[in-house]
Amino acid sequence: MAVYKVKVFSRFERFWHWTQAALIFILLFSGFAIHGFFRPTGFENLVWTHVVAASALIVLWIFAIFWHLTTGNWRHYLPTTKGLFKVARYYAWGIFRGEDHPYKKRFWHKHNPLQALAYLGLKLFLFPVIWITGLAYLLYGFWSQGPVTASSLEWVAVIHTLFAFLMAAFIIIHIYLLTTGHSFKEHVSPMITGYDEVELTDAEKAYLEQDEPGRIMT
Amino acid sequence: MWISKRGFARRAVRCCAAAAMILTGSMVATVQADEQAAAKAGEAAGKVEIGINEYEDTAKKRPVDKSVTRLGEKPEDKSTTDHAKLKELQGPFSSGPEVTKACLGCHNKAGHQFIKNKHWTWKYHNPKTGQDLGKSVLVNNFCTNAAGNEGMCAQCHAGYGMTDARTYDFKNEENIDCLVCHESTGTYYKLPPTPGNKACSVMFEGKKPIDYTKVAQSVTLPGRNNCGACHFYGGGGDNVKHGDLSSALFKPSKKIDVHMGEDGENFSCIICHVGEGHEWAGSRYAPIAKDTTKSKPGLPRQTATCESCHGVEPHPMSLMGIKLNDHTDRVACETCHIPEYATGGVATKIHWDWRTAGKLKNGEGYREEGYIQGNGEPRHTYKSIKGNFKYGENLKPIYKWFNGTEIYTTVHDKFDPSKPVEINHLEGSPDDPDSRIWPFKKMVTIQPYDKGNNTLVYMHLWGDDDDAFWGNYKFDRAIARGMKDFNLPYSGEFGFVETWSYWPIVHMVQPKENALSCQECHAREGRLKDLKGFYMPGRDRNEWIDRIGIFIVLATLLGVLGHGLLRILFSRGRSH
Repeated sequence: MAVYKVKVFSRFERFWHWTQAALIFILLFSGFAIHGFFRPTGFENLVWTHVVAASALIVLWIFAIFWHLTTGNWRHYLPTTKGLFKVARYYAWGIFRGEDHPYKKRFWHKHNPLQALAYLGLKLFLFPVIWITGLAYLLYGFWSQGPVTASSLEWVAVIHTLFAFLMAAFIIIHIYLLTTGHSFKEHVSPMITGYDEVELTDAEKAYLEQDEPGRIMT
Repeated sequence: MWISKRGFARRAVRCCAAAAMILTGSMVATVQADEQAAAKAGEAAGKVEIGINEYEDTAKKRPVDKSVTRLGEKPEDKSTTDHAKLKELQGPFSSGPEVTKACLGCHNKAGHQFIKNKHWTWKYHNPKTGQDLGKSVLVNNFCTNAAGNEGMCAQCHAGYGMTDARTYDFKNEENIDCLVCHESTGTYYKLPPTPGNKACSVMFEGKKPIDYTKVAQSVTLPGRNNCGACHFYGGGGDNVKHGDLSSALFKPSKKIDVHMGEDGENFSCIICHVGEGHEWAGSRYAPIAKDTTKSKPGLPRQTATCESCHGVEPHPMSLMGIKLNDHTDRVACETCHIPEYATGGVATKIHWDWRTAGKLKNGEGYREEGYIQGNGEPRHTYKSIKGNFKYGENLKPIYKWFNGTEIYTTVHDKFDPSKPVEINHLEGSPDDPDSRIWPFKKMVTIQPYDKGNNTLVYMHLWGDDDDAFWGNYKFDRAIARGMKDFNLPYSGEFGFVETWSYWPIVHMVQPKENALSCQECHAREGRLKDLKGFYMPGRDRNEWIDRIGIFIVLATLLGVLGHGLLRILFSRGRSH
């Protein structure tokens, strides 16, 4: 096994990541403005922005889900306890003592176990709840008639808002963790260039060289 | 226009004696903020007129409108009769009842129909609440009661000679006043049925005699000037009562009302207040607060609701339109489409204090002008016969949940005088599927009540006797007489109580360009900030969720900062 610069983030994956990031920032900003923390512009402009950004994100998610399933990339997010404790211990202890990160990226496991678990939670819990409550909020006129509107809308709004706070917390941690490697820049660059250092088995190396030229940086 | 000419003439003779009047606080600091208006107000303030002169506008030549009374192409060609050519109307006529007789000669069912109408009976029994209402019994918080004061108030009764509703012959169809609603010359007018106190004589002077033959031949479907002659002057003067019904609607521009504007649809009142057989839609005693009736296109419906023409999904099928259509089950059309009332330069009375009524100058009652409204006309801010008033223009309505049921505080109902008394309590709540958010004018008045029995009182205001308040200025006598005449219990002691009445704002409708923006309500301090009991996006939040959420975000932030700080400290330790 040796470490190579391998393209781990395909063009679509990078596009997905950055578009999603931009849309989430727009949604958080417009959402908290609708919520009334601040009011930079009129309610209708904010709702319009929020709805358009959310719709775009939903379309993006549909593509992303399709992409995950058809390319097999969903496997990166399979949860595992193997090495999970080591990584957790590293962030809680080892990182202060200057230890090396216990996880080495592998071709089919580009996220460390803690990272994979966090992303899985994001994708299977955080995102769906926001998505469903957001759609329910937007379309409440179609499912709620009469006085029911009053209380059920509040629950939808409350859950939607709470999960927006959780999204904000996720982003803070996500960005902070970019500083934990050798440098912030080094940590961000794979999501820009697509290339990261990955341990390849000889078989993987041979396969990539043979069938996916350009995948390994020479 | 006649209104502004009159305004100019008045201003020309105005003395500018006292800015002190402004300081008395009787000038309400409402919307009329421009300096020019303020200067005019100063110029007018303190003008004192002796004597009693009420409802002068209703007895003046009205500006005749050529409003649309039938829909469709060339509606004027649809009439089958030119009344001027009828031999029955060649006259000569010398009185109203003579004309009515001629009308009923051909329209031999019209009389039967009309004597059932509220404009004639002044009575309304609300089947939902069981209350007996109508002008003949109610106490309002303007001039308080028509009961016992018909000699004055029946100036706006659609009949002749109703000096006392208790003895009036409501079966005599020849006393129906056909002309007040149907004549189209603008020269017909009505005067109070009795002369009242001698101080009121000015109200009857200098009136040009009515040419009954001419007005009889002019009859047609009612225009805005017919309805407006009374309805624009409810409560004692131009726009005093409703706030959304004023002389500005005689010949309005589209800016004032999108349907009635002469430069637009030019609708007459009866286009919306549809009806046949002398009974028409739009009751204020039992309004339709939520109209969900689905009608087939072209099928006529006898309702005056917006929905009766526009349907329950009036907005176009865009993202915005769908969202707006979502609102119609909970928000009345008027709430968004009437951002302000008392527009077009005519103010409405918003506060009335009866306590100061009865002040005299040299033994005589007087009036003071203290407010110049948008169209330049002065308004009285004090009258000996009524007390002090405050006015407002271009006002934002108040908003309430309303399901169409109003519970009136009648002269029989007891109340707690330590709290404001609602003259018409509005039923409705967010939990009630028949309720919607409606705009209202709120009228606040301090008016006499029976201190011993905690009820409202009838006052004997009008009459040529020693009790009538208008002329004698004695509350105790006016109340004692007013109650006695109707065999109502009176403790003999009166006080003053604050009363509120609510007036649905339904006219002065604006097109989408001028309708409320979402922000007006969907904001923490928006127009609906006082409506409780339901969740509204942009206005409401769950404070606990906010606290928990902010805590989570801050804790996360502190967590990563602490983590980062420890990393820096430890790495320094290592490098040494």
